[in-house]
Amino acid sequence: MAPKFEIEDLNAWFGSKHVLKNINMKIEENAVTAIIGPSGCGKTTLIRCLNRMHEITPGARISGKVLFNRVNIYGNGIDPVMIRRKIGMVFQKPNPFPMMSVYDNVAAGLKLNGIRDKKNLDEVVRRSLELANLWDEVKDDLNKSGASLSGGQQQRLCIARALAVEPEVLLMDEPCSALDPIATAKIEALIRKLAENYTVVIVTHNMQQAARVSDYTAFLYLGELIEYGPTKQIFENPKHELTERYLTGEFG
Amino acid sequence: MKKLDYYRFRIIKDYVAHFLVYLSLVAALIPLFSILYEVVQRGISAINLNFFINPTPTVGEKGGGVANAIQGTLITMGFASLIGIPVGLMSGIFLSEYSEHKLSMVIRFFNDVLSGIPSIVIGVFAYALIVRSIGFSVIAAAFALAIIMVPIVTRTTEEALKLVPLSLREAAIALGVPRWKTVATIVLRSAKKAVVTGMLLSIARIAGESAPVLVTMGYWRWWFASLNRPAANLALNVFVFAMSPFESWIVLAWGSALVLILLVLGVNIAVRVLTKERY
Repeated sequence: MAPKFEIEDLNAWFGSKHVLKNINMKIEENAVTAIIGPSGCGKTTLIRCLNRMHEITPGARISGKVLFNRVNIYGNGIDPVMIRRKIGMVFQKPNPFPMMSVYDNVAAGLKLNGIRDKKNLDEVVRRSLELANLWDEVKDDLNKSGASLSGGQQQRLCIARALAVEPEVLLMDEPCSALDPIATAKIEALIRKLAENYTVVIVTHNMQQAARVSDYTAFLYLGELIEYGPTKQIFENPKHELTERYLTGEFG
Repeated sequence: MKKLDYYRFRIIKDYVAHFLVYLSLVAALIPLFSILYEVVQRGISAINLNFFINPTPTVGEKGGGVANAIQGTLITMGFASLIGIPVGLMSGIFLSEYSEHKLSMVIRFFNDVLSGIPSIVIGVFAYALIVRSIGFSVIAAAFALAIIMVPIVTRTTEEALKLVPLSLREAAIALGVPRWKTVATIVLRSAKKAVVTGMLLSIARIAGESAPVLVTMGYWRWWFASLNRPAANLALNVFVFAMSPFESWIVLAWGSALVLILLVLGVNIAVRVLTKERY
């Protein structure tokens, strides 16, 4: 099976600050890949390069290639808007649209892209909420404000919203760091379920979380990819001394 | 003993500071309330049903009203808003969404300059540009008032949109929503109340503008006829009637002033109600 992403010599900058240095890695399809590393190592920047969200920050730029289904998403004539519909994203802090109902939040991606057919929307909203393990909790409150849900529910709502536009990949930027342990456990179970049909890339500062949910783990340090491989191998038998020191909690 | 002295000294300082603060408050409110009192007291006697349904009386005629001036003012304000609000709104969106753009720095600077230009100068500009070609008219006055509105709407829109959290924009962009649509729906909708407040404040501001209207509108004491003719105006009523030698016209001037104040007050209360809902 061909990898979903092939990252080749990826460099990223914020202004003159060089935050990613010569990243080369392949991300497998229908698997969970975790990116770990200490704060400021470039984890978030790396996944934001995968759906071209990095460039919306003023002063941000990249060099190198990111092949998605073998096509360079930074190539000429590639529309970043179309890339983002294929590669969804969930953010660190749950960010449902506060002025919209639960239903409208999930339907937002479709509605804003011009799909108005009520029957179709109903179906997509239900399917996405079910997929995000949220349907049973909100099925009677679809007209309530999205902001009225609990933090964990809001994050699953954001996952449902991302799934509603039928992406192939879900990028998750520390999706549980604002949540309590029970909400975190629910999201982690959900991530495992999603990996059956989606490619998931998750950034986390929680090493145990990476060990629990991911198939592959990448360790980033100061903008460089130090080690990358199957999660089991990274955690049980790291090849690089830095990885081992990070995993054993010597720095963080 | 020494400690106690220090404590008493602090108490005294506190009293003095309190006194000064309240004194400034009263000093600031005295002009406002004396104007309100004077206008209400003198204007109220002008106000009756005829005042609201009759147009300007002919010279020396008793009675008459300001109905045509209310009509003319509303039409002029409406026409000015039609020009000023869209331009201000779009400039505000540009400044907020492309705030790093070089053009933004330039626009922001000139927008600040524009908001500081005395309104009479703007009136003279409209005179040179429009009155000299098509004559004194509602169009000329509305154009001058629109120029006064633009910097206000631009600034308030920019500030309102900048308050919309980045996370909401990113949420929409990550869903594959194009940038312009993100701004037109998610961002504007989140900031709707603050944006509308800015628009209302700009309307309140031009409602009472008299200098630019004076040099662009010309005098008209009949009902509104056409956009390229003058129309009656409340602020001009105050100016023209107050300087007339007729007692009954001077009463109309006070009445017009009262209506004008109520109009501005009404808009300001609307703003209050709108912004209160937010919290």
